[in-house]
Amino acid sequence: MATDKSNLQLVVNGILNENPIFRLVLSMCPAVGISTTVMNGIMLGVAVLFVQVFSSCTISLVKNWIHPRIRIPTYTLTIATWVTVIDMVLAAYLPEAYAKMGIFVKLIVAFAIITMRLEMFASKENLTHSFWDGVGMGLGFMVGMMAIGFVRELLGLGTILGYDVLGFRPLLFFILPLAGFFCVGLMMGFFNYIETRYKRVKQG
Amino acid sequence: MHRLTMLMRALAVLTLALLLPVLAQADGLIAGKSFGNDREIVVTFKAPVDQAVFADPAHYLVYEESDPDIRLELADVRLDSTGKIAFLGFKEPLNTTRPHVVSMIDLPAAVTGRTVETFRVAKPYLGYLLSILVSALLINNFVFTKYLGLCVFFGTSKRRDTAKGMGVTFTIVMVVSALMSWFFYQFVMKPHGLDFLQIVVFIGLVSLTVQAVDTILRKVNPALFNAFGVYLVLVIANCVIIAVPLIMANNEYNFLETFMLALGAGGGFLLALYMMASVRERMELARVPKSFKGVPIAFIVAGQFALAFLGFSGLSLF
Repeated sequence: MATDKSNLQLVVNGILNENPIFRLVLSMCPAVGISTTVMNGIMLGVAVLFVQVFSSCTISLVKNWIHPRIRIPTYTLTIATWVTVIDMVLAAYLPEAYAKMGIFVKLIVAFAIITMRLEMFASKENLTHSFWDGVGMGLGFMVGMMAIGFVRELLGLGTILGYDVLGFRPLLFFILPLAGFFCVGLMMGFFNYIETRYKRVKQG
Repeated sequence: MHRLTMLMRALAVLTLALLLPVLAQADGLIAGKSFGNDREIVVTFKAPVDQAVFADPAHYLVYEESDPDIRLELADVRLDSTGKIAFLGFKEPLNTTRPHVVSMIDLPAAVTGRTVETFRVAKPYLGYLLSILVSALLINNFVFTKYLGLCVFFGTSKRRDTAKGMGVTFTIVMVVSALMSWFFYQFVMKPHGLDFLQIVVFIGLVSLTVQAVDTILRKVNPALFNAFGVYLVLVIANCVIIAVPLIMANNEYNFLETFMLALGAGGGFLLALYMMASVRERMELARVPKSFKGVPIAFIVAGQFALAFLGFSGLSLF
């Protein structure tokens, strides 16, 4: 069973139609916990992209040798291995950013999104498709994290990526850790609103 | 009968061993010592002491037992009117969960017979254990202040029955897997320098626990299995459950501390789920704007809970 989508469609699908954060409502913990700045979003996004792509490829390569009854533990261990790799790489080369993200890098192992993609996609498709699906999902997560980080950093600190854009701090509240809940909730509601308006316009 | 006597004797020895340090400290100058508020140590003397010596911060050296090189700066020392109780005020708040060492130096030899008097100030261990529990339960609630386990939190908090079942299942799996992880971490991973395998080993142990609970429950209590079995699958893909062993390894907790942490984390999750479910059941009747129906409004409610939990941040019971 192969997908009939092109590689580009697979990537776009991950970013828009099945965006892990706003569409599938999965892996919310980092989206609330450490999305205070755009940079954090990019960092964790890169880590997730790495783990997703490599786990997808691994599972896609060995899918014919996995017994169906132990497939979930196999996925979990595969993800855990790649998470260990990125965890150690980040700790060694980017210690400051790693300290900021704290426990969340290790917790990538429990992201429902990665397991779900392995179960639904990589265990059925060939290597190329799995690779591009992994890229799409990873980028989708990164874009979602960056969007939340963008709103929070702009409203909370008046900066983007550390550069002063507004010159003042509109709502310091948004930089508080717990504002993640409000921010994600409001953004989801906003996107739903846009979607309903768009559909209404389309219908005429 | 013989076994009972042995047990009693062992208990007596144990009690004595626990009491011994307390008794041994009874001689000397000091009658009692404890933490006052978070930047204060209270020392009680056996007899009234000299104001000129004992109210002078220069005569005190204070440090955390684990960091003897870092001296904690005293702001002032006050003696009460009887001259028997000294209040040591500090410039920075103390980490009262750790034992501190207080050294009184350059004492006039005429008063005590020696010039240096050193003693240890620590909280009662049981209080420390309970503070770990309360911290994981309320102050650092895993859902509302650490932002963990949100997928399952939003997924299963629609009805109160589900929330209860999920919370209880979570707590059980969490305690069992955390204790197993502790055992593996202390006796297998650390001695062999396999720390870097933390993630792989811990997630494996969690999966194993879930599978074991699933199998045992199915055989032993089918009724309970029918009630809770469906949640077990959800447990694996959740960050709360893997966060507990990781925190345990990070803080080098011992067995009892790990148990308290896991219990508090599970209880906190149960509490959060139940409160959220209660609100969401009522919210079905509320007139929520159409675009906010479902998950978005749940996020806003969770944010308000998080705000409320912020109020626990200064809580210190023990």
